[in-house]
Amino acid sequence: MKIGEKFKKAFFTENPVTGLLLGLCPTLAVTSTAENGIGMGLATTFVLVGSNVVVSILKNVIPSRVRIPAFIVIIATFVTIVDMGLQATMFELHKTLGLFIPLIVVNCIILGRAEAFASKNTVWDSFVDGISMGLGFTFTLFILGSIREILGSGAILGYNFLPETSPTILVFVLAPGAFITLGFMLVGMNKINKVLQGSKS
Amino acid sequence: MAEMILMIVGAVFVNNVVFTKFLGICPYLGVSKKLDTAIGMSMAVTFVLTIAGAVTYIVQNYVLVPIGIQYLQTIVFILVIASLVQFVEIVMKKTAPALYKALGIFLPLITTNCAILGVAILSVQSNLNFINTVVFSFASAIGFGLALIIFAGIREALDTRKVPAAFAGSPIALIIAGILALAFMGFSGMVK
Repeated sequence: MKIGEKFKKAFFTENPVTGLLLGLCPTLAVTSTAENGIGMGLATTFVLVGSNVVVSILKNVIPSRVRIPAFIVIIATFVTIVDMGLQATMFELHKTLGLFIPLIVVNCIILGRAEAFASKNTVWDSFVDGISMGLGFTFTLFILGSIREILGSGAILGYNFLPETSPTILVFVLAPGAFITLGFMLVGMNKINKVLQGSKS
Repeated sequence: MAEMILMIVGAVFVNNVVFTKFLGICPYLGVSKKLDTAIGMSMAVTFVLTIAGAVTYIVQNYVLVPIGIQYLQTIVFILVIASLVQFVEIVMKKTAPALYKALGIFLPLITTNCAILGVAILSVQSNLNFINTVVFSFASAIGFGLALIIFAGIREALDTRKVPAAFAGSPIALIIAGILALAFMGFSGMVK
């Protein structure tokens, strides 16, 4: 498959969040700012690429009856690496993402790709799949985080572009805003997907 | 005792797992289309989460800490939870076939419910003792069940209403969840 096509799929039509509704917990929980969204997205991408590559290398060694536990151990190993790595290098980000770093292990996107793609394909294809899916996830988190940050605190990436006294809608950085923004984003993405598919046929 | 009641109220309403901690959203959206499946899922989660809380407490304090390998927490906990779910499934099949039939299909799904691992890690992080861990896990699960059952009731009623085509399905469900979360915010401040 062409790489460009693969990225288009991962970003739009088969986007893990807006297309397949996977990995919603971290999506909703950490996107109160765009920066946190990117941090979570990249951490997940690292785990996804690592687990995809290792699973595809070991696909002929792992007996198919115990493959799910084996995949989970591989994923958990990479999650532990990310957890320790972030704690050592980016302590602030580690603190804000908090509980959701160890929870990358139960992010269904990762196990889903290991089972559906990496266990059947070559190492290179799995690597590309991991990168594209991970970046598609990061992209969604960034958009969601940006919308919430702009509406909720009048800033983008921590840069405040509104005057001090202008009103902001605080609820968007709180929990209810996460659900509502994602709901409206799904509507928008469905529309974009329809246009994309319409242009193809 | 008063402290424990506060903790229960806090975990069920104020810091609801779904609405304020964002745990277990996948099953929350996935199995909330029908009220009876929602009830089945809530019971299964309550059962597994309470046991998982107790077991992970024991593993953390009597295995990981004495050996000094706390950094393996994530790997060990997820394996403990996965095998616990299998174990519960097997035991239930032999001893309580009626319950197994009711919860059967939901049990395997629970392994990837992040509420289980999330609550287990949270209990360890907040240094709860054994009794408090079990109570906290149970109360969190009740909170999950409450959120799920209310949501399923609304979604069943929604089936008979007209929804704009663009919003049909998941988008409207997410927006309803948002409004529910807004309602649950009314509990904040009740317990610190």
